[in-house]
Amino acid sequence: MSPATIDRAYWKPEEETLARPALETLQLDRLKRTVARVGETVPLYRKKFEQAKVTPGDIRALADLRRLPFTTGADLRESYPTGMLAVPLDDTLRLHTSSGTTGKPKALFFSRQDVDNAAELIARSFVATGMTRRDVFQNMMTYGLFTGALVAHYGAEKVGCLVIPAGPGNSERQLLLMQDFHTTSIHLTPSFALYFADILDKRGIDPRKDLSLKRAFVGAEPYTEETRRKIEAGLGLRVFNSYGLSEMNGPGVAFECQEQAGMHLWEDHYIMEIIDPESGETLPPGERGELVLTTLVREAMPILRYRTRDITSIVDGPCPCGRTHRRIQRITGRADDMLIVRGVNIYPQQIERILMGVPKLGRNYLIVLEGLDEMTVKVELSEAGFDGQLEHVVALQNEIAGLLRAEILTKPKVDLVPPGTLPVSEGKAKRVIDNRKL
Amino acid sequence: MSTVRLLAVFVENKPGQTARITKLLAEARINIRWVTIASSGPFGVMKFLVTDPDRAHDVLKHDGVMASFLDVIPVEVADQPGALQAVAECLARDNINLDNTSGFVANQRAIVIVETHDTERAKALLVKQGLRVLSREELLES
Repeated sequence: MSPATIDRAYWKPEEETLARPALETLQLDRLKRTVARVGETVPLYRKKFEQAKVTPGDIRALADLRRLPFTTGADLRESYPTGMLAVPLDDTLRLHTSSGTTGKPKALFFSRQDVDNAAELIARSFVATGMTRRDVFQNMMTYGLFTGALVAHYGAEKVGCLVIPAGPGNSERQLLLMQDFHTTSIHLTPSFALYFADILDKRGIDPRKDLSLKRAFVGAEPYTEETRRKIEAGLGLRVFNSYGLSEMNGPGVAFECQEQAGMHLWEDHYIMEIIDPESGETLPPGERGELVLTTLVREAMPILRYRTRDITSIVDGPCPCGRTHRRIQRITGRADDMLIVRGVNIYPQQIERILMGVPKLGRNYLIVLEGLDEMTVKVELSEAGFDGQLEHVVALQNEIAGLLRAEILTKPKVDLVPPGTLPVSEGKAKRVIDNRKL
Repeated sequence: MSTVRLLAVFVENKPGQTARITKLLAEARINIRWVTIASSGPFGVMKFLVTDPDRAHDVLKHDGVMASFLDVIPVEVADQPGALQAVAECLARDNINLDNTSGFVANQRAIVIVETHDTERAKALLVKQGLRVLSREELLES
């Protein structure tokens, strides 16, 4: 029987439960080959190796990875369109781009092998969430230059699901497809998931009774744990967190298994490091820092030590599911947003997560840094947050200062303000004002 | 007996806020019969006894002002020593805390306005004690 015809807890158990020493031997072997290949074929890496005074022969152990230069988003943009190709253009099969909000996009090439590997990791990830070939997968992401929809589509086909390439939008048709074809698994953005839950509610449709939904893969936009719970309640399913980026094949770099306690990062395909985004030094396991990824099996466009700018930490210890690939926490911020206050690294997203968990607060907040490292968090009260009593607002203010202190290890001043007081920005909200005189 | 509600308004603690709120009320021809303003750090709370609290609430809401209602107990007492004590002791016996309390004397009438977490129980106790708890009409149409 082909793998797709067997239902099981693992997609390929020999790869997913490979003992750590064997996994690390595999990583070293693949790293050596990747480094040798880019040193030969990619001018950018030839130049970087020269500057760093390192040769592919210097890589003798996994720890030697630290001697290699980083690759940044700017490197990818400057190499646009074909500067980082490690194979002849004729050997490439697919082009995706990463949406750059400014300037040129990043061009990402896939060889036939790369397309298959990307699908393989999705199949592995989907099966880890309990998916089998009997599931019906409705792909509600945008098909196009963006990696999300296509890579997931190929992965679900590998599992053997019935795949419905619905694309985003058109809630009426989405609902019809779900009802008529008994969709069990969906892939969509968090904002569409919330919107769709609202539509169901307005129609009086109870997804637990009227639909067959079991799980959702939610991605492409950051979302909080609170949003995950809202989607789960509104759609009557389980939401599995995942991590991916176009520079690393798109979705399926790391995925939650049924334990839902951190995302397994597929270490036979990527080497992960957590570094201090300021100094570039490697941080010990458990510490929060910037995720750095090195591709191990990518053919068309290998990337060494890619600075993802995403902030996370490695979850310590083995997972009860039996997979040996280590897990990372949900992404808690972007390195570009990091603040250093009284010597402590703080990400605005940490503060946001705390504030969004308090129902008496609104959605608008502002972090103001002044004087010598004084931090004030201004946040609007929600309609439910004011019962007419000054004392209650004072108590809430103190409670929030305490919650923030527990999260960011420094006690900020908290100012509760009426709704509509803080500036509302269009698009990406400006959350930090730094007026410090340091 | 109709409850007496105050309109509580949440504002930033900065110059011009009282003027802004009272201008909105004045333009809507809403009369303020009693007021307290308290502030704490970045914010303040104004409490108004007005002729038409529902309309006042709508007027403020329409302008994006955060406002809420607060039930209070007005008690009319004799204008003489020991009057406030009678009210306080009545509630203290049943372990009811006075959150915010204010009072005034006008035209030989002494009125105490009591805010507590347990409005209904406090009201019942005061009535039972023979104290004169005022209705909305009795308070405003004096």
